[in-house]
Amino acid sequence: MSIEILDPVADVIDNAPANRRLPKLGFLGWLSVAVIAIALFFAIFGPMLAPYDPTLGDLSYSNVGPIAGHPLGFDDQGRDVLSRLMAGARTTIFGAGFVSLVAIFIGTALALTTAWFGGKTDTFISAALDVLFAFPGILLAVVAAAVFGPSLLSAGIALSIAYSPYVARILRGAALKERAMTYISALEVQGFGAWRLTLRHLLPNISALIVAQGTILFGFAMVDLAAISFLGLGVQSPNADWGVMVSEGKTSLLQGYPLVSLSAVFCIVSVVAAVSFLGDRLESSSRSGNR
Amino acid sequence: MFQFIAKRLAMLVATLLVASFAIYGALYLAPGSPIAALTGGRTLPPEVMAQIEARYHLNEPFLTRYWLWLTAAVHGDLGESIPLHESVNTLIAQRIGTTLQLVLFASILIVLFGVSLGIIGALGKGAVDTSVLFASTVSAALPAFAAAVILQFVFGVMLGWFPVLGTGDGFVDTVKHLTLPAIALAATSTALVTRVTRTAVREELDREHVQTAVSRGLPWRDVVRRHVLRNAAIPITTVVGITIASLIALSAVVETAFALNGLGAYLVQAAQNKDFAVVQGISLVLVVAFVVTNVVVDIAYALLDPRVSLGSRAQ
Repeated sequence: MSIEILDPVADVIDNAPANRRLPKLGFLGWLSVAVIAIALFFAIFGPMLAPYDPTLGDLSYSNVGPIAGHPLGFDDQGRDVLSRLMAGARTTIFGAGFVSLVAIFIGTALALTTAWFGGKTDTFISAALDVLFAFPGILLAVVAAAVFGPSLLSAGIALSIAYSPYVARILRGAALKERAMTYISALEVQGFGAWRLTLRHLLPNISALIVAQGTILFGFAMVDLAAISFLGLGVQSPNADWGVMVSEGKTSLLQGYPLVSLSAVFCIVSVVAAVSFLGDRLESSSRSGNR
Repeated sequence: MFQFIAKRLAMLVATLLVASFAIYGALYLAPGSPIAALTGGRTLPPEVMAQIEARYHLNEPFLTRYWLWLTAAVHGDLGESIPLHESVNTLIAQRIGTTLQLVLFASILIVLFGVSLGIIGALGKGAVDTSVLFASTVSAALPAFAAAVILQFVFGVMLGWFPVLGTGDGFVDTVKHLTLPAIALAATSTALVTRVTRTAVREELDREHVQTAVSRGLPWRDVVRRHVLRNAAIPITTVVGITIASLIALSAVVETAFALNGLGAYLVQAAQNKDFAVVQGISLVLVVAFVVTNVVVDIAYALLDPRVSLGSRAQ
């Protein structure tokens, strides 16, 4: 790799120990990591591990409470609640992951573009983002459901678009600060191209903030996607999804059998709490770690 | 200052113009003819079809239709729901009251509890502060629909203190019906306001001018009221405004959960039934409300804090 020798600043920066250090998490931090790991495990393997068919019910077991072999009992359709929770982790977690990845990708691309070119490009993109701010995520998702029909995909795309201006605005500030550093102009003078400088220098130096924003966004995406599925405009029943389960269990809850709704609420709230706690931690350590 | 306000208002108009175009354009692109909803799949004689198309301007080019819709909307006419044969204005007018009451009720709760809990947490020590922090962490992680379900079960089904569905008649009954929905809607925002207030008050308490005031022997009450709270009011106002704006879209979730006959719940219903005129009309009303609230917050922020450079936006 002869190019490495030509680029001494990159080596210095990439090997700086501050970039490699893991943030201190504490007990609650590690608990959050554990909750997220369990959720991720069920998102991947849940549908395979579910002991019963999550969509096939036996109406004679409608709203029967916990019995041997069915620790969380049955929903109003006589389906095993634990199996539905395990299978439902997939759409809930991967849906939110998809939304935050797409939003982070669009937001980062916009932030790097505005920071690199500045001037008119910056003014134009910032103005366009201001217009996008006029659409709250949920509203955009409802309109998307009306246009494309209710589905996880239309809700996910709508939310990704609605979130990206928030990402772009936060990262733009950090990227602008980094862009103004003398080492960037030094490398620019040496003739390094825009692509190389943005991807090899700007991007790695705001990466801690990107990870933190992505984590925080994941929490928001999970809440909003579950809310949209709760409204009947996201994942469609009888597919298992935590947001769908909250709304399916509501009739039984009002009749005094709350286990279906509340167990799904418990899953959503614990993962969201873990993710947002970890996101806050990562963000404050990325801000204090930045020069 | 006038220049700043004029600039924000010009941006507001531009934003609304683009937003209205996006709302109209998105639904124009939707697959399926609006007539299909009306005819229910039956084939009609061509002269009837032509009559319907002329009535709803369906055979005009897109830009003409957008222009007709926009000019009518500016004059306060949001068109007609094709499947319901009813004016969108009437449909909105029947429901906007419930949404306004709900958002107002939730806003009062947010300001009342968010600010006072934040101040209590900042001024209190040890256990008081810890419990405020704990309560705000729990309610921050509680999405509106989850809060709705839990409140319905605990206070509706188990304790029977509040009705769980519907809107109610008369003032007392309405307040009773809207109490749980308003709490559900306010939960997350209250936590946010509590946290911002607590941090803002803490920061002011550490300032030198506060220490000076204390060492001059001013009573603690006056120090808090005149030196701490007045300065902390700036970030608090901003966050209150922004969170209240966010309630406008979130009301759809709470209204659906509590079967309230409001704008948001109706928007969701219209989206499911592909009643495009209603979706366009309500989306436009909600976007206008959201954007106008944000501009008001921006202007209030600039008025409250003369140090804010008037070109920059409140974050």
